[in-house]
Formats: sequence, C-alpha cells, structure tokens
Amino acid sequence: MNAIVFLLFAAIAVVCGINVVVRTHPVSSALALIGTMASLSVLYLLLGAQFIAAAQVFVYAGAIMVLFVFVIMLLNAGAEQKSHGAWMARLMGAPLLVALLGILSFVILRAVPRSEEVRFGGFTGGTVENVGRAIFTTYLLPFEITSILVLIAIVGAVVLGYKEMD
Amino acid sequence: MPQGVPLAWYLILSAILFTLGVAGFLFRRNLITMFMSIELMLNAVNLTFVAFSYHLKQVDGQIFTFFVMVVAAAAAAVGLAIILTVFKNRATLHVDEIASMKN
Amino acid sequence: MQHLWIIPALPLLGFLVNGLLGRRLSKAAINAVAIGSVTLSFLWVLRVVWHGGAPLEHYFDWIRVGDFVVGCDLVVDRLTTVMLLVVTGVGLLIHVYAIGYMAHDGGYSRFFAYLNLFMFFMLTLVLAANFLLMFVGWEGVGLSSYLLIGFWFRKKSATNAGNKAFIVNRIGDFGFSLAIFLVGIHFGSLDFARVLGALGGWPAERSVGTLTLIGLLLLLGAAGKSAQIPLYVWLPDAMEGPTPVSALIHAATMVTAGVYMIARTSAIYLKAPMALEMVAIIGLATAFFSATIGLAQNDIKKVFAYSTVSQLGYMFLGLGTGAFGAGIFHLVTHAFFKALLFLGAGSVIHALSGEQDLRKMGGLRKKTPMTFVTLVCAAVSIAGIWPFAGFWSKDEILVSAYHHAPWMYWVAVVTAGMTAFYVFRAIFLAFFGKYRGDAHPHESPAVMTLPLVALAALSLGGGLFRVPRWLEPMFPLAEHHDNTLVVISVAAGLAGIFLAWLFYVARPGLADAAARRLGWVYRTVLNKYYVDEIYGAVVVEPVVVGSRSVLWEGIDVEVIDAGVNGIGARARGLGSILRRIQSGYIRSYAAWVLLGAVSVLLTLGLAGVGK
Repeated sequence: MNAIVFLLFAAIAVVCGINVVVRTHPVSSALALIGTMASLSVLYLLLGAQFIAAAQVFVYAGAIMVLFVFVIMLLNAGAEQKSHGAWMARLMGAPLLVALLGILSFVILRAVPRSEEVRFGGFTGGTVENVGRAIFTTYLLPFEITSILVLIAIVGAVVLGYKEMD
Repeated sequence: MPQGVPLAWYLILSAILFTLGVAGFLFRRNLITMFMSIELMLNAVNLTFVAFSYHLKQVDGQIFTFFVMVVAAAAAAVGLAIILTVFKNRATLHVDEIASMKN
Repeated sequence: MQHLWIIPALPLLGFLVNGLLGRRLSKAAINAVAIGSVTLSFLWVLRVVWHGGAPLEHYFDWIRVGDFVVGCDLVVDRLTTVMLLVVTGVGLLIHVYAIGYMAHDGGYSRFFAYLNLFMFFMLTLVLAANFLLMFVGWEGVGLSSYLLIGFWFRKKSATNAGNKAFIVNRIGDFGFSLAIFLVGIHFGSLDFARVLGALGGWPAERSVGTLTLIGLLLLLGAAGKSAQIPLYVWLPDAMEGPTPVSALIHAATMVTAGVYMIARTSAIYLKAPMALEMVAIIGLATAFFSATIGLAQNDIKKVFAYSTVSQLGYMFLGLGTGAFGAGIFHLVTHAFFKALLFLGAGSVIHALSGEQDLRKMGGLRKKTPMTFVTLVCAAVSIAGIWPFAGFWSKDEILVSAYHHAPWMYWVAVVTAGMTAFYVFRAIFLAFFGKYRGDAHPHESPAVMTLPLVALAALSLGGGLFRVPRWLEPMFPLAEHHDNTLVVISVAAGLAGIFLAWLFYVARPGLADAAARRLGWVYRTVLNKYYVDEIYGAVVVEPVVVGSRSVLWEGIDVEVIDAGVNGIGARARGLGSILRRIQSGYIRSYAAWVLLGAVSVLLTLGLAGVGK
C-alpha cells in the first residue's frame, strides 16, 4: 500500500520534473513544476509531515508559482531560441550530471541501513503543534531572522520594481 | 504491519529531482526557466530533510524545511524583481546575452 | 689614562657641527669650530707628548671571535708622537690659511667640515694600535680626499679626479686588505704590539715567504696611498682640489700614511729583505721618474705635485735601505717645506685671481714680497742646501743609500739636482723677469701669510728637530758619516739652482730653444710619458668594455632579466588562459561549480564518509 502510493507519486514527480526541464514554453514549465510540488506534498504526508505538506501547497504551489506565472505573463516571454555560448555547460554538462547522480546514489545506498522503512503513520511528530512549539522555542532566533529576511526581500523587490511603474 | 518503503528510495528520488534541477539550470536558456530549476532543486532538498526527519524521529528536519520555504519565497520575490529589471534593460530573457561580466 | 680618544674626537665633533649646522652658522662660528677643534686637538697632543707618550688604551672590543680579538685601541709611542705633531701642527697652520683662501667660496662650511673629517680619520690612522683600526683611518682619509678633491663638484675635471684618486687608492687598499688577512691568519692577532713584538725573537729564515708576501702587499697599499709607481697617477690630478687640500692631504699628511705604515711595520720588513729591497727600488724609481716629469710642467701646482711624488720616493728609499728614522725625518721636513710650497703657490694663485700657468706669471717679487721670501725658504730647504731642514733629512737618506748600494746613491743625487732645478725654475718663472699675465697681483692677507712665515721658519730651522735620534729606541741608527757624500749632494743642489737661474733668468730664451731641440723627448716628458693614456687603454678600457658588453648586456640583460621577465611573462600567459573561464555566461559558471561539487562529493565518497 505504502509502496504503491509512493511509486505513483514519485513517478508523477519525476515526469513533471522532466517536463520542467524539457518544455520550451515557460508556462508549460511552470505548470509542470506545480505538478511536481503537488506530488511532493503527498509524499510529505506519507512521511508524517502534515504541516509541511500543507505549507508546500499553500506557499510553494499557491504563492511562489503564481508569482512565477504572473511574471511570465507580464514579460510575455515566448518559446526559446538556440544558444551560442556556454560551451562548458554543453560539453561537460551531461557527464557531470551522470556523475552527480551516480555518486549521490552510491553514497545513499551505502549509507542508509537497508532495514529502515517508511510507513504512513510511522512518525507522528509532524503536527502543527509540534512544529509550532519547535519554532517558537528552540528555533526562535532563526525564525525572527527569517522574518527580517522576508521584510528585506519585500523592500528590495519594491525598490527594484519601483521605477518601472512610472 | 503494512509493507513500508525503504528510506533509500526517498533519498534517491530526491537525488533524481536535484539532478533534474541542475540539468535544467545548465541547459535552459530562458532566465525564468532557470529560476524554476532552482526551485526544483530546493524542493528536492526539502524532501531529503523531511525523509531524515522521519528517520531520526525528530521534528527538526521539518523545521529546516520550513525555513527553506521561507527563504525560497524571499529569493523568488527578489529574483523575479531582478529579472524584471534585466528585461527592462536588455529586452531579452536569453541568458547568454546577459554576459557583460565577460573577462 | 690619558684619554687619547679626545685627539680624534675633537675634529670629528667639528665635522658634525660644521657639516650639519654649518649653513646656518656665521663665518666666525664656522672658523671657531673648525680651527678650535684642531687647536684643542693639537694642545692635547702636546700634553700627551709632555707625558712621554701613552700606553695602549683599550676602549671596547670590536671583533671577538673565539680567541681572535680586535679592539678599538689607541696608543702613542715615539713614532706616533712625531706623526701626531706633524698632523695637528701643520694641519692647524693650513686650517688658518684656508680661512683666507676659501673666504669667497660658497661651500665654506662644507669645506671645513670635510677638512675636520679628514683630520679625524688621519689621527685615527696614526693613533691606531692594530692593523684594522689603522685600515679604518686609511679608508677614511681616502674618502675625505675624494670629497675634497671633488670639492668643486660642478667641475667635471674635479669629480673625475676625485674618482680617479679613490679608484686607484682602492687597488692599493686591496693589497693592504690581503696583507691584513695574512697577518691575522699567520699571527692570530692584528695588534701591532703582538705581531711586531713576536717578530723580534724570530730567527731569520722562519716564514720568510709569508713575511715577504705580507711586505709586498703592504707595499702595494702604501704605493697606492703614497703615490708610488705604479699607482701614483692620481696625485697630479688631485691638484683639482683647492690648494689648502693639496697642501694638507697631498703633501703633508695623507700621502705620508704609506711611509708611516712601512715604518710602523718595519719589524716585518727587517725579516723579509726582498720586500724591503722592493721598497727601496720602487722609491728610487719613482723619485727619479717623477722628477723628470716635474722638469717640464707648466702648471705650478703640477710641478709641486710631481715633486711630492718624487720626495715620497725619497722617503721610501730611506725606509728601503734600512734608515727608517731618516725616512720619517724626511717626512717631517717635507711636511714643512712642501706644505709651504703649496700654500705659497696658493698665495700666488690667489694674487693672480686664479692663474696657475707659470708662463703667465713673472716679476711677482715686488708685488707679493712675503710670499716670495717664504717660498724661497722652502725652495732652498727642498734643494738640500746646508744648514736648512731639507738638507739634514735628505743627507741621511743619501748616506744610507750609498751604504746600501752605491748606484742608488748616484741616481738619488741626480734626482736631487733635478729637484733643485725644477723648484727654482718655478720660483724664477713666477717671481723674476717681467710680468706676462693680465691680472692685478696683490699680496695675500695676513691670515694667509702668517702660516707661510711659520712654515718658513720650520723649513729653515727644522733640522734642529733631531728626529732620528728621537726615534732611535725604535729604529737603531746606522753610524755612517762621510763628508764627501755630503759635499757631493749639496753641490748637486747648487748646480740645479744655478742651471735654473741660467735658463730662466740669465738667458731666458735658452729653455725654449732646448725644448725645441729635444723635440719629441720634450713632448713625451711634458705629457707625463703618456702613462695615463697607457693605463686608460690597457686597464680602464677593457674593464669598461667588459663590464658593459659582457656583464651588463650579456649576462644581466639577457640572462637574468630574461629569466625574471620570463617568469612574469609565463604568469601572464597562464593568467590569460585562465581568464577564459570568465566568459560572462552564467551557465558555464554553473557548470564549473557543478564540476567542483562533483569532485568534492567524489573525494568524500571515496574517503569513506558514506560507510
């Protein structure tokens, strides 16, 4: 049961991920990305992270991706053309990516004990209450700092975007 | 007990998504698409964190994910504002034409 | 403790004050400092002499390496007292003279500062109790000489002369240095007392080779400083300096340092007869050779310069034939009459507002009587006429030469005749006959003529200083006395005077006629036998060319510069290759980052982080 759910949504995530990379039109990529995020949200639920799953949908899929789509529409960016530079990327990109994936997989398979398994309900610590308690006690300082970070980002975005509107 | 999924699979899924994100960054020419690849990478990392949070039976991994999301949001806001400015100046979103830092 | 250090310290203080502050001081202040320091030094010398000298005073250890110790030591023995009195006494007179001579010069304070500096080094040289400290003084007087010869540094000929003096001296100094090294190695010490004292008890054959080598090297040094063959060429050029400099440094004191050095190290030479013989031969050859050049010179200072070289040769002859006391005696009397000759020449030059050519002088007897009289006193003294000072010292040397090797005596007698001739030639040309120039001659001020008078008195009566007897405990007297020899030498002197009178007073045209008859012989002598030109071609030219073509262009530019620049070019080349990474394309940057990340992961993975 766990395996089926996992495999289904993992497949969706990978296919959507491939679409993000492969499709030429940015809007298509954006929609694919939303798909990836949604399937990841389900996987979070499997891992017992309710709050994060919900936040993923609200924040990522609901806010950030909407912002992306807004900007794509605003700039009216069309499909892409061929490129002429960045020989390094074209030359070394594929082998490096293969190497990256290979190494990561190798390390993971060696490091993680085989017996460990994930079951839905195996971890119940991901409740809103638990997350909230952790944020406001142990991780209070990072929380405050990130609040300020967000404030700075807002101010920065406004400053950067200001001139255009006139 | 229903059969579980080995933890390693989650991690490998995360690695695959991360690699896809890098591939998108390396091979795509549109600025916005490159940015979306970055978001994909961040998501992959989030998955890793949550997986380990389950593995260690602690909520701290999820807290980290939370912060990653916040920072990703902030980065998205500022980054898109920059992209808008670049588009205003260069009238292109083709990354190879924004190469004035050459040499 | 007699505080010998005061003697050189006072002029050093004068140098510092006049050198650093001189531009802001009034002339009276500069005079007070300069003359005062030398006067006080002289008075202190008198005090030390009154106390009969001073034993070694050790101030501090300069070098201490295991058992080898060289200290900053001063000592005054009989030889030192003679030198001290000459240096400070005659030096004082010349300082006073210089007040008048340099009165209108722009570098007044600088001049006296340099003079004081010279006095400091010369006194250090004389007071030193070991070879190394003496060498310090030796080098220092060379430096002061260079500064003073090139005093009028805007004149190219003056700076060239200064360079020449210093460079030629350096060759001699090289010999001196080697000698010091050998002494240090052989004796384990550089103290005069230890080295020379040890030699006293040595048998005749021991270490003759080494001692001869040391003696010859010391002779090389002395030849440089005291202008003997082959290193005399700097002294005539040194006449570019102001006349008081010529008098003090190139007549009375610095050039006598070589003579002093050989006298001081006489113990070495007595055990190395071949070296001593070389001293005599070089001295005699130099005396004769430069006397011939002096016969034909037209510049009054050049005549006296070659005379100095010649008289120094006499001193070397005296030393070389074993009459060390006589050599030093001649050093003393020579200081008197040669300084007087130079100062007198300076007075003449001053009277004629700068003219130095004998052919443009004449009839100055009436215009500058004081100068005339004093110069004649010097001239008869140098000509060796009894009973004046020069006679006594020259006579002792000639007698010693005869008993060493009669042929040396005869050559020396002829030289004495030539000496008398050229000195009186200068006198007659300058003071007799009709005035042939176009300046307005006038007598010099008292500040210049008084020292002339003092020196004249010393030139005439200097024979009363029985220097050889005073030095007898150090240099045993050889009791020969032969009246025939004495008569012959005086006769030679008189003959020289007579011939000069004949050529330049009685029959004025005779000299030019003789010169024309002798033709190329005359021209060769006039041009100093072209020695400078020969040196230039044989020594200087190869060194300059070699230095330029081989060392500079060949090695320095092509090898060393190419190497260093090559490294720079390689670095630049490497940099321009690496620069291509900065393409400006973000994606290639990302690719590089990915490459780095993969490498790190690979390393970590292989290192076994993932177990």
